Amino acid sequence: MARSNNLHSVAAIFDTPNKIIKAAEKVRDEGYNKFDVNTPYPLHGMDKAMGLSSSKVGFVTLFCGLFGGSFILLFMWWTLAKNYQLFIGGKPFFALPAFIPITFEITVLIGAVSTFIALIAVFFKLPFNNHPLHDTDYMKTVSVDKYGIYITTEDPKFDKEKIISLFKSLGAVSTDLIYLPKQEKFSMFNLKFVLFLIFVAVGTSGSTYLLLNKLMYITPFDWMEFQEKYTPQETSLFFGDRRSMRTPVDGTVAKGFIPYPYKGIANPTEVLSNPTIPTEDLLKMGKKKYLTFCSPCHGNFAEGDSRLNGQFPNGPTLHSDKIIKYSDGMLYHIITNGQNAMPAYDLQITRHERWAIVDYIRVLQRAKNAKNSDLVEIKKESTTNGQ
Amino acid sequence: MANNDSGYIKKVLPSKIGKIGLILFIIGAVTGLYGYIFDPSRAVFSYLTSFWFLLSIAVGSLLLVAIEYAASATWSTPFRRMSEFLASSIPLLIILVIPLLLSIQYLFVWSHTDVVANDHMLQAKSVFLNTPFFSVRVIVILLIWSLFYYLIIRNSRQQDNSGDQALTKNNIKLSIIFIPLFAISLTLQSIDWIMSLETKWFSTMFGVYLFAGATCSALAALAFISVLLKEKGYFHPKITKDHFYSLGTLMFVFICFWGYIAFSQYMLIWYGNLPEETFWFMQRWEGGWKFVSLFIIFGHFIVPFATLLSHPSKTNLKKLKFISIWILAMHFIDLYWLIMPSMHGNGLHYSFSWMDISFLAASVGIIIFMFNKMFERYNLIPVKDPKLQRGLDFHL
Repeated sequence: MARSNNLHSVAAIFDTPNKIIKAAEKVRDEGYNKFDVNTPYPLHGMDKAMGLSSSKVGFVTLFCGLFGGSFILLFMWWTLAKNYQLFIGGKPFFALPAFIPITFEITVLIGAVSTFIALIAVFFKLPFNNHPLHDTDYMKTVSVDKYGIYITTEDPKFDKEKIISLFKSLGAVSTDLIYLPKQEKFSMFNLKFVLFLIFVAVGTSGSTYLLLNKLMYITPFDWMEFQEKYTPQETSLFFGDRRSMRTPVDGTVAKGFIPYPYKGIANPTEVLSNPTIPTEDLLKMGKKKYLTFCSPCHGNFAEGDSRLNGQFPNGPTLHSDKIIKYSDGMLYHIITNGQNAMPAYDLQITRHERWAIVDYIRVLQRAKNAKNSDLVEIKKESTTNGQ
Repeated sequence: MANNDSGYIKKVLPSKIGKIGLILFIIGAVTGLYGYIFDPSRAVFSYLTSFWFLLSIAVGSLLLVAIEYAASATWSTPFRRMSEFLASSIPLLIILVIPLLLSIQYLFVWSHTDVVANDHMLQAKSVFLNTPFFSVRVIVILLIWSLFYYLIIRNSRQQDNSGDQALTKNNIKLSIIFIPLFAISLTLQSIDWIMSLETKWFSTMFGVYLFAGATCSALAALAFISVLLKEKGYFHPKITKDHFYSLGTLMFVFICFWGYIAFSQYMLIWYGNLPEETFWFMQRWEGGWKFVSLFIIFGHFIVPFATLLSHPSKTNLKKLKFISIWILAMHFIDLYWLIMPSMHGNGLHYSFSWMDISFLAASVGIIIFMFNKMFERYNLIPVKDPKLQRGLDFHL
């Protein structure tokens, strides 16, 4: 590198770590304060010898680490618990234990990277990207096996001859005058440098894109896109009828489905008998289903006075003698099969629910046709309960 | 390169130290014995907690000695004798374990044959968890520890007189054998004594968890005693803040390690969410235990972490003394938290008892008494250790 005639510093090279520590102590005691020491590895006790106070770079690590940790915690809260709630393994949306490893990693990462960047920024005095010691014989020596010290011209007590004799008296192997480079500062925002960076960035990414995506494209993960299976309605080359969707064998019954033997018969000669025992829960369910499916036509109390009266074929009352005399199985048959204008409900209401509706209709019929003797019984019950 | 001129002058501690230790031990032992007669099923749990407190400091200190030899560490050489003194209660453990072995039926559900007969899982486990095998295992492990304590410490003491460097080499070999043995044996001991209190629970990290706790407490005890001796002027004058910085850093490392292990154990069980594992943590989240669990997170990890994080705080002797006592207390609370909620196995309900304190006093008394006794008889610094001079000259 071309050097100017402007002096940057006077440097000296020493042989052993003990000598350099003694030299640093002496230089400090002489009252110099713009000096630095370069060694191939960290020397214990050097901070004290140079009279350095403890480094402030730890605060950069601390604050950037804390920032990284809290940022990623907020980020995970926002993405997983707030903006797009994702249910993972039955855990709460904000699953703190699962977030801690990530928070820890990001804290360490941001802390370490920011420390590195801060050190570079301080050392190079960013945006400049050069140091006068770069590319000097002095630096080449002290980064291999020697220990060096230099005092810059910025020091108020700087005196070339005095410093050289001081270094010699301390046992320096050699002393060296370091001149500033001709072009003193290389800015990072130098036009040529920025254009070069852009060229490198565009060139690298463009050629990578062309090479990987156009010239030698390989799907990165295709084992989900292409699977060894037939999709619905696809042609099969294996079966004679070219269908990949196979029809079930004759007489196949769906799981949990019990076929109804009197399906489609208008007036069956025999019907099923009621398999249920009318418990309170069953009647509650029957009431719910009745109000959902039956009450629009038959009315809330099965009196044929529904809210749709006049807009629809009227549903008959279920309190007629004919219907009271029907067996449970017959009522079930009508719900399952439909009758006259009433459609079949076997697809909407399950088997168990249909029997529950039958039981509930019996309750309504009994309630509608209560006798005076029932009142006596109710009174009896309430008095016995009262005691 | 024997060092006769290490600059160490032997002093004797004030006689009241030994008396304090003896009095603490006697008070603790007498009240504890009274408690055992009065309510043996409660007393054994207190005894077990304090027994583990003593065990983890003693065996952890022996591990520190072994690590110092195996790693050929120099900065810790002046501190090694103190760890040796702290480890001196290892042979006593063989005697102290006898009351526990005699009252196994109060501690472990698996020791009741009638319960085991009706429980398939306990039957399957009874190959390992049965009283004879358990007792043999515990005694053999304590004997192995005592053997290594005897061999390593004998060599170390002989060197004070002879200055023979071959003794250091012997100890390096012994330490390298001891460290893996320690890993296995402490895991076995922790499974036997603490994990099997909750017979149907298992965690593969449990041994490491107790290892981390034991090392933390051994380092804290070492830091506390060395700071105290340094302040009172009993320690070598060449011991500087740089030594204490290294000690503080090691303590900081093991606090982080403890936090890492404790969290990993919790997170795996929390994530797996299997009822046969989670119930152990659920017990420790019921009622007042919730606050103990939270206190352990803060007290055993966050407080020491924050205190020891910065460079100056590791060299500040007052802070170091405070935090080492704090860690010792937290280790006891940690053991308490591990052992006490498992008391329900024998149909007991946990409630705080004065016996917890009397047994703790007895174990602290043993540590102080043994330390004082060793201090009287041996040098505080391994005066002819070949690494000593480098250790004394150590600086950052």
